[in-house]
Amino acid sequence: MEKIKSALRAFGLPRLIIAGFLLLLFIIAPFVGIGVGNGITDTLARFGMNSIMVLAMVPMIHSGCGLNFGLPLGIISGLLGATLSIQTGVTGPLSFILAIIYSTPFAIIFGWGYGKLLNKVKGSEMMIATYVGFSSVAFMSIMWLILPYTSPTMVWGYSGSGLRTTISTDGFYSHILKNFLQINIGSLSISLGEILFFAIFAFIIWAFLHTKTGTAMTAVGSNPVFARASGINIDKQRTLSVIMSTWLGALGILCYQQGYGFIQLYQGPMYMAMPAVSAILIGGASVNKASIVNVIIGTILYQGIVTMTPSVMNNLIHTDMSEVLRIIVSNGMILYALTRKTGASR
Amino acid sequence: MKNVSKDYNGNPVLKDVNFTLKAGEVLGLVGENGAGKSTLMNILFGMDVIHETGGYGGKVLIDGKEVKFASPLDALKAGIGMVHQEFSLLPGFTAAENIVLNREPENKSVLSLVFGKRANTIDRKALQKKAIEAITKLGVSLDPNMLVSEMPVGHKQFTEISREISKSSIRLLVLDEPTAVLSEKEAEMLLKAIRNLSAQGISVIFITHRLQEIIDVCNKVLVMRDGKIISELDAKKTSISEMARLMVGREVGGPQVRTEEIRPLSDKIVLSIKNLWVDMPGETVRNVNLDVHQGEFLGIGGLAGQGKIGIPNGIMGLYPAGGKVELNGKAIALNNPRACLDSSLAFVSEDRRGVGLLLDESLEWNVAFTAMQIQNKFLKQYLGGLIKWRDQAAIEEVTNKYIKQLQIKCTSSKQKAKELSGGNQQKICLAKSFALQPKLLFVSEPTRGIDIGAKALVLQALKEYNRKNGVTIVMISSELEELRQCCDRIAIVTDGAVSGILPATTPSEDFGMLMVGKTGKEAM
Amino acid sequence: MKKTVTNKDVRNFLANNIVPIIFVVICLICIPIAGYSGQYLVGQIITRIMRNSFLVLSLLIPIMAGMGLNFGMTLGAMAGQIGIIFITAWNVVGIPGLLLAAIIATPIAVLLGWFCGKMLNMARGREMITSYMISFFMNGVYQLVVLYGMGPVIPIHSDQVILPRGYGVRNTIDLINVRQSVDSYWQITIGGVNIPILTIILIALLCVVIVWFRKTKLGQDMRAVGQDLEVAKEAGIKVDRTRILAIIISTVFAAYGMILYLSNMGTLNTYNSHSQIGMFSIAALLVGGASVSKASIKNVFLGIILFHLMFILTPQAGRELMGQAQIGEYFRVFVSYGVITLALVLYEIRTRREKAESAKQLADMQKEGARA
Repeated sequence: MEKIKSALRAFGLPRLIIAGFLLLLFIIAPFVGIGVGNGITDTLARFGMNSIMVLAMVPMIHSGCGLNFGLPLGIISGLLGATLSIQTGVTGPLSFILAIIYSTPFAIIFGWGYGKLLNKVKGSEMMIATYVGFSSVAFMSIMWLILPYTSPTMVWGYSGSGLRTTISTDGFYSHILKNFLQINIGSLSISLGEILFFAIFAFIIWAFLHTKTGTAMTAVGSNPVFARASGINIDKQRTLSVIMSTWLGALGILCYQQGYGFIQLYQGPMYMAMPAVSAILIGGASVNKASIVNVIIGTILYQGIVTMTPSVMNNLIHTDMSEVLRIIVSNGMILYALTRKTGASR
Repeated sequence: MKNVSKDYNGNPVLKDVNFTLKAGEVLGLVGENGAGKSTLMNILFGMDVIHETGGYGGKVLIDGKEVKFASPLDALKAGIGMVHQEFSLLPGFTAAENIVLNREPENKSVLSLVFGKRANTIDRKALQKKAIEAITKLGVSLDPNMLVSEMPVGHKQFTEISREISKSSIRLLVLDEPTAVLSEKEAEMLLKAIRNLSAQGISVIFITHRLQEIIDVCNKVLVMRDGKIISELDAKKTSISEMARLMVGREVGGPQVRTEEIRPLSDKIVLSIKNLWVDMPGETVRNVNLDVHQGEFLGIGGLAGQGKIGIPNGIMGLYPAGGKVELNGKAIALNNPRACLDSSLAFVSEDRRGVGLLLDESLEWNVAFTAMQIQNKFLKQYLGGLIKWRDQAAIEEVTNKYIKQLQIKCTSSKQKAKELSGGNQQKICLAKSFALQPKLLFVSEPTRGIDIGAKALVLQALKEYNRKNGVTIVMISSELEELRQCCDRIAIVTDGAVSGILPATTPSEDFGMLMVGKTGKEAM
Repeated sequence: MKKTVTNKDVRNFLANNIVPIIFVVICLICIPIAGYSGQYLVGQIITRIMRNSFLVLSLLIPIMAGMGLNFGMTLGAMAGQIGIIFITAWNVVGIPGLLLAAIIATPIAVLLGWFCGKMLNMARGREMITSYMISFFMNGVYQLVVLYGMGPVIPIHSDQVILPRGYGVRNTIDLINVRQSVDSYWQITIGGVNIPILTIILIALLCVVIVWFRKTKLGQDMRAVGQDLEVAKEAGIKVDRTRILAIIISTVFAAYGMILYLSNMGTLNTYNSHSQIGMFSIAALLVGGASVSKASIKNVFLGIILFHLMFILTPQAGRELMGQAQIGEYFRVFVSYGVITLALVLYEIRTRREKAESAKQLADMQKEGARA
């Protein structure tokens, strides 16, 4: 009995409520005419699209930089990669690989600068990260207008310059992972491609955390003074973690685009950090501890609620309150993590 | 005030302490660190620590009536004020504002009827007057309009004391090491101020390590040791050497007696420290010169705040330091922990939880981490060393080895470090540095805050490590007896410099003289 | 010797006022490019001051209490909006309408402020990010109430306010009833520029209240708490309570500020106004040279003037320069966010440098001591 209690405590009340709520949704679903299979399919599809962006939280949490509210910076690197790839005119799977390749140097440069900045403001990383994200989105909004892109799929038709707000990835890398190794069982369809893609990167991060450098990174986040006394260069580890997070953010948005079918520019990336942050927190991470398991559980729970609430609610009370509920749940979760005493040291 | 008498029973930290204090009397309180001075004052002041740890025995009487303070605020009401070692002042406020903090005179206004008393405006003129009154009472020169952040240290201290005596009911003032941070001239002014207060009928309890000051200003002296009052002396008739002897002197017998002969000192100098300064707050090192010989067990003692702890922290690069440190004739880069670790130095910090451990990680990590990072131990290398993978089996093995060797009580090597008791945490810290297989090991306050059984084990482990493995150890400790028990030589640090090195078999009294510093030497 | 001192002074002045200086430069560059007339600009600036100063002033008190920039002022704005929604639905007109809105908003603002203060006490040391997340969280709750609650749960049945589907408030509400009612109550015109006297009196009154507040016991306590929590606690000041009060006062002022703002604007963007206003107010304050720990009334007005001058100028300048007003729009969004980022980063770096300097001084002293 004690064991169950302590296990429950470790799991956390908010997480329990959310998991219970999701379960309830799945139980109600068939009664209001929604197939459980459809529900699972949608949830998994969204998992495939979003999971890498959630994974992008992990390195920075490990090195003690807190929750990566600056995810938009990584997303911008991804957007640059994506638009450059389309500009070259390459189509098909190759365009996806090209997008990854093009976005990598941006992610490294941005991440390096962003990491340097965060090293200067230890202790208030999260607030500053938020605004670094916002500023960079706003700055890039200007850039999307000015940069000399010419590909007709991307620029405004009537003026011939400036990128469109949304760009279709059709013919380029739309559904490139989603349609790869897709399994259909009745109404249930699972895209192994996306899951595999996530699994590869999750494995890389997991493996990294088992190496010497990964161990040092975790120690920096766990107790920076201890790490320094053990001869670790704290700033270097932190910068490295920020670069990794930024790069994963870039990959994350590419993965998202291929599932969604569109590239969203301008103000699109502005608030994309919030769902990722709250997903990993729902998964059981705290401000300075996170694991791959947290990423998986968190993304499934979060995306499960996001997909199931609208349809169930709509059929149940003919009102779509899902967007509002999503805001309350995701921000409430972040608030809960911030106000918890255990994380108060940072 | 006629008669303040306190006596406590049945507390292991304080045993049967009795004393009285008359109005206007100045009482000096001296004793080594951990002699029970702070506990005594905490009880007098009704600090939360006391209640949280089960209260105290005995009685505190003021004017012949028993009092029990539930909180420091109660003690304040009863007219007891205390000035702590650390300043508690607001840097952006003026001296006057700090002096009357939360006791500001107010103008009554109509608005306060609506919004409550806190809507009263503050009467700046009355505030100023009240502050000046307190400053005059103290008899020092202090500009009430000066911002605390711009003050020299001495003036901060005066502001603190003025704040206490500006409280209308003040009758007893406790000063904890008030002169430690002051220059000689400022200290003189303070002593004068204490005499002023005493002349006005305010009693003072004066805690200090500077024994000359006691003689200068006190009426009587209490010497405390091991939670007991060893003797009550008339300040006019005693001498520094008498007090110093009483402070450190221990009854012979008990488990702490040294059984070993002093070993001959090797000629080879391992570590040579020249003109070391370290900027460690509260433990400033000013100018240390010290040679450590091959294979010896060197102790560094001294009173708290004199700088002994700063020495290893400075050398190991945890605090800004300067000077010259040579290991086997080769200079070591200061302010660079990595360089020190690379040259086979290791350090067990006095701040176990802050510096010594990864509290949220497993024991395995704690033991193996530093050795892994510095010496590439416990790693499996793949692809020609490109990938350095944590070798879980090796880590487990080494951790279990030390768990067994140091008798660490834990459920498994996977347990989190924060779940262990203080003594076992300390052993993990030792294991961490043993895993580095250092040539020279600094150990700082290894027995602080751990129980007697664990203490003996820790000291035994260190001693064995030194005797059997031939590793040179430098141990810093506030407990002289502990040093005398393990070490070959003991250096005493006073005022940020080494005031003397003596063989461990020298009688405690001599060390006591060194601890109280220059004045001690003069008295000899 | 003298020269080096002045050089250093100049550098310090630049370093401490870099944000306002950047803005002055931007504005100076944009004024000729945009080509607006002086009269137009002055008129616009006066309108903006009237509209925003109450809101920006509401940020001062939490800064005094050491709680940083109160991103939770959005909560106050929400309370103000709810007040406005009610009076519009009930068709209460003019200044009495605004008073009624204020009366409705006050208890809501107090409650929200209390909640926010409680939360911030639980998240000491990271008040700003927490207050920021609270504003997001409460935004969800606000939408729940306004979009779904109003109509079925909270009885509002005005066609002007409620969506045609029968519940939930419209996206934009025309505030014809209270539009400019404070401003036009007593207005004089100087050189073609309208000057609303009553609004000025209200704003001046708030400034006086803030100056007076600094002198009260509570104000002194807040300053004490802001400087050092532990010391204030030792002196017997009720730290938690004081901090909650600071937030409550700020939230209530923000609610009143929002009501004034909306009456000046004449329209309510039910689901946008409040979150925008939070960001713009904070950016304006920072542009005026305030920092996370220090802000004055002077900063408020200077900030509003500079920030809104930039706001008016950039789209026009963008059109003239690039042929696209859109660039100017994005530019001002970028500048708003950028200025907050810059101010936060500069503040952190400065605090750090001060700490490092004091450590260095100590070290120097010791070195000298060692030599002696």
